[in-house]
Amino acid sequence: MNGLLKPPRVGRRAFKVWLRNRDTWLKFYRASLVGNLAEPVLFLLAFGLGLSRFISDIDGLPYINYIAPGLMMAAAMNAATFECTFGAYTRMSAQKTYDAIIVTPLSVDEVAAGDILWGASKGFLSATVILLVLIPWGLAASPWLLLAPALFVLAGLMFASMSMIVTAFAPSYDYFAYYFSLVVSPMFFFSGVFFPLSHLPAWVRTVSWFMPLTHAVNLSRGFATGEGSPGLILDAAWMAVFTLAAGWLSINLIKKRLIK
Amino acid sequence: MNNPVIRASGIRKSYPGVEAVRGIDFEVRRGECFGILGPNGAGKTTTMNMVQGYTPLSGGELLVFGMSIEDRPRRIKARMGVVPQEDNLDPDLTVAENLRVYARYFDIRKKAAAEITGRLLEFVALTEKKDQRIPDLSGGMKRRLLIARALVNDPDLVILDEPTTGLDPQARHLIWQKLRGLKKTGSTLALTTHNMDEAAQLCDRLVIMDHGLILDEGSPRQLLERHVRGSVFEFDAGEEQAGRLFGCLERIEHESETSGDTVFVYTDDAEAVLKQTSCFPEVGFLHRQATLEDVFLKLTGRELRE
Repeated sequence: MNGLLKPPRVGRRAFKVWLRNRDTWLKFYRASLVGNLAEPVLFLLAFGLGLSRFISDIDGLPYINYIAPGLMMAAAMNAATFECTFGAYTRMSAQKTYDAIIVTPLSVDEVAAGDILWGASKGFLSATVILLVLIPWGLAASPWLLLAPALFVLAGLMFASMSMIVTAFAPSYDYFAYYFSLVVSPMFFFSGVFFPLSHLPAWVRTVSWFMPLTHAVNLSRGFATGEGSPGLILDAAWMAVFTLAAGWLSINLIKKRLIK
Repeated sequence: MNNPVIRASGIRKSYPGVEAVRGIDFEVRRGECFGILGPNGAGKTTTMNMVQGYTPLSGGELLVFGMSIEDRPRRIKARMGVVPQEDNLDPDLTVAENLRVYARYFDIRKKAAAEITGRLLEFVALTEKKDQRIPDLSGGMKRRLLIARALVNDPDLVILDEPTTGLDPQARHLIWQKLRGLKKTGSTLALTTHNMDEAAQLCDRLVIMDHGLILDEGSPRQLLERHVRGSVFEFDAGEEQAGRLFGCLERIEHESETSGDTVFVYTDDAEAVLKQTSCFPEVGFLHRQATLEDVFLKLTGRELRE
């Protein structure tokens, strides 16, 4: 346990790891952006257009409008999660990129933090791309959307840090199947993206409250519709606390794994 | 300024159940090539990892450039170049990008990095490959690029962990040539190897390590003089023949060692042994000069290491 509670020492150098990742990403960013955009848009078309005839408005919103803000957060979750599981694990394990960097003036803390920042950026980017589709489509319209970038950054950091914890324990790529099946997928379906949680059994709602995506979706929907409630402040606080804890822990876990 | 580049005093590293390095002392002086020689599992890489600040010490004191590696890892690492045993080049980047991106970790600005990249690619003869991807390089090219990468910050100390392991002779000799070139420019090199040729070719001074301890220390010549005689005969002799052989060599001053069907005879009087060969005509033999390998095997034994 000792070492896990120590504050990570992260300086400006973490940004150099971010730059390294950006440089490699720029080589195939077109494919990457198409991937970011395709899945959420497919969901919007299939569920929004396909199902909306059979589903009445939810909370006064047409079904497609209801799910759009949630899908935007799910996109951020997926992008950050992929980057900080498969991507980070590849750099740490298969390519030994972390090993190469930590004999330079950078520390392990900074390498892990740099990868979290990068994962967060991918999440931010995905959500932003979706938002740029939703606005002209008329699925998101409210001055509150000015706050969306802050939400995307926070959500990106949150999902990236959370994934990095899993990566710190992963013995192989197969291990991530547990995380995706048992954590990411349930979050996708039970965080209020597709239906309100309010009519679900109490225990499901309790579980949902502990899911990070739930709070991100609440905020996103609030911003997209402009219907704020004081509860949103609580959601933001929840995310901030969770992100701080997960980021802190994940950096120390990666350090524990690499430094022996 | 006469401080040693590395000073290790009683450094130790233990893992649960294993003592990888069991309290060793050594110094690496400015401008020399220092070698750590040892079989697999001797503790060479662990020692080097401690010097790099990668592996924390379990005990002892380790000063690099006069600073404690535990207290000032950043400042030390800024002046050090590392050639790892395993290829950890960035496969997502091209040859030239590998150097440019690495330079950035050392706060080297873009323009300077471009200049350094050009110069170093020239030095390791990879200029024509600059836009290639890493998976397309041969093992020797990768190793040369790793050496170039270790030089981007113009280091005062270059650490090489088995720099030629797994390379073919051509590639190996090219690397040796580059390392000698580096030495001429005044760089301090510290390398580990289990290749005796490499140690003899490159090192001014070396230590032989086994089971986490240093067995002896000196220049290749000193080690040869201290531990083995000038000539070595390797006889293909089974048990019966060996008895005869030793009878014939009775009057000649020598040391011998038997390993399987081979009898090794070390002597300073090769002529006398050659004169006796008619005494055991059925035994085939090889006569050669003693090398560092003989010293190494004598000190570390012949049993197989995993």
